[in-house]
Amino acid sequence: MSPSLAAEPAGRAHEVVTPEGVPLRLEVAAAGDRVGALLLDLLFIALLTAGLLLPLVALAMVSVVGVDLVLAAAVLAVFLVRTFYFVWFELAWQGQTPGKRRLGIRAVDAQGGPLSAEAILARNLTRELELFLPMIALFAPGAAFPGAPGWLALLSLGWMLAFGFLPLFNRDRLRVGDLVAGTVVIRAPAAVLLEDLSIRARAAHEFTEAQLDVYGVFELQVLEGVLRGAGQPGHDEAVRTVAEKIREKLGVEGAAGDDQAFLEAFYAALRGRLEKRLLFGRRRRSKHDRL
Amino acid sequence: MTVVLKSAAFRAEREGSWRELERILAAAQRHGIRSLLPQELSRLPVLYRAALSSLSVARATSLDKNLLEYLESLSSRAYLAVYAAHRHPLEALADFFARRFPRAVRAHWPHLALAFALLLGGLWAGFALTRADPDRFYAFVNPFLSQGRGPASTTASLREVLYAREDAARMLKSFAMFLFTNNARVGITAFALGFVGGLPSALLLFGTGLMMGAFGALYASRGLSVEFWAWVLPHGVTELSAVALCGAAGMALGQALLFPGREERRAGLSRRGREAAVVVLGAVALFFLAGLVEGIFRQLVHAVPVRYAVAGVSSLLLGAYLFGAGRAGGRT
Repeated sequence: MSPSLAAEPAGRAHEVVTPEGVPLRLEVAAAGDRVGALLLDLLFIALLTAGLLLPLVALAMVSVVGVDLVLAAAVLAVFLVRTFYFVWFELAWQGQTPGKRRLGIRAVDAQGGPLSAEAILARNLTRELELFLPMIALFAPGAAFPGAPGWLALLSLGWMLAFGFLPLFNRDRLRVGDLVAGTVVIRAPAAVLLEDLSIRARAAHEFTEAQLDVYGVFELQVLEGVLRGAGQPGHDEAVRTVAEKIREKLGVEGAAGDDQAFLEAFYAALRGRLEKRLLFGRRRRSKHDRL
Repeated sequence: MTVVLKSAAFRAEREGSWRELERILAAAQRHGIRSLLPQELSRLPVLYRAALSSLSVARATSLDKNLLEYLESLSSRAYLAVYAAHRHPLEALADFFARRFPRAVRAHWPHLALAFALLLGGLWAGFALTRADPDRFYAFVNPFLSQGRGPASTTASLREVLYAREDAARMLKSFAMFLFTNNARVGITAFALGFVGGLPSALLLFGTGLMMGAFGALYASRGLSVEFWAWVLPHGVTELSAVALCGAAGMALGQALLFPGREERRAGLSRRGREAAVVVLGAVALFFLAGLVEGIFRQLVHAVPVRYAVAGVSSLLLGAYLFGAGRAGGRT
């Protein structure tokens, strides 16, 4: 994984407070991932429906069972798959459907409570309104409303667009179902614990307090990003440039091959200094903050 | 000499428990939370709280960005695993019909009363207006549903529909399923339309009433009232109740949106939405029953007293179920 140099997380954050009272920042799923997951799920629905219908058709062809029973089973199967595919998987997989799982996103309770069965129901029963109904009206206006004029099809297109694009118009990317159910779709969290950089530092470098007061937390974490970039293209050059810059700022001389060790030592010393201040309740966000 | 930072010492001390939690979470994610061993399952909440506490400490004392991101992510993953719905869908379904659905229906009694009032009001209006001018029938009834019936039909042909046999005997089951899925879809839509204020849900209820009233007036004008209602009511009791439930759910949603009261609008919407969704799922089940009665029973049983008896019994059962079920036991 590549640690980003930015201080803020990349996506939009949705904060929930756990029942234990600790706020957790969850990353709201990107609109593209939502659409991708939906398209995948629609594909799976189509495949599932086909998979259920084909054996039924085959049964009818060899006339083992009556046409009536086959047709009844087919109508029921199509309805059940279409209506309960999302509900079933979100219940069984804790807010994930096959499409969501592949895209690494999941639905959670917006307030931070457990995701209840009622919420799953509510967020998926509105799909009839948001997606399936306008699609029928769009592609087969005769089926939804016999003898409907063209403007009605156009109206339903507008409807679908309005509800379909609702997530783009709010911060948490909520669709109608999310609003009705009080849920939010987030990126499933995944992060790797890397080595603690401060324990690498050797005592070859000493810094004065004045030297350590040059920088703040933001600069410290940018430095962390640089040091964790080992093995990436341009890493050596980045280390050299940053080391030069810092030496210049601190007014110290340095040996040529010493850059990595110098930065590690400076990182540890700076972190030690800033964390000590943190314990006294003073967080220096960046070099622009007052001491 | 090497100075160990306080935050580094803190990490060294706690890292074991984070790694253990990570391992359990990975197993739960791969094979489901049910696959965990009993000792792992009992460790999960302990480790989750430990991770949360580590996160709080780290936020206050550590400036290691990777550590903070890792703890945030680990706590989130553990939180999602600990506070997810862990019930099997089938188990949830049983509890649903035994308790949740009837309770949710009773919680919606004002909306339900309004829904029935709209249905009956539409019925009365449709009946009275069509009695006064038979041609209004065409205004109230969707030609798709009237199957060619109307004021121009002969009494004999109207009567025939009530006891239709033609191809029905061969296609009973598919007809029943077609009716069910169609009704259920309309019902779900009536609920979802609550999001645009609930007015469409109310209109749908009134319109359904109008149509029934128009049919009633048509048959009444030919002296076929008794037989007509014998044709409608066996499934109509269940089906119209389900329509009313869906409409009530939609109106509850609309109310939360338009008249949130003291509650914050979004909070109220999601609270109402969840309750209403329960009502709608139950209504879908009622539609299924109604479809069976309409598609199969009605085509096979033609005796008027039997039809009325079925209507009476089903309304009693339905009333008893919705009013009485799930009262015992604590709240869930």
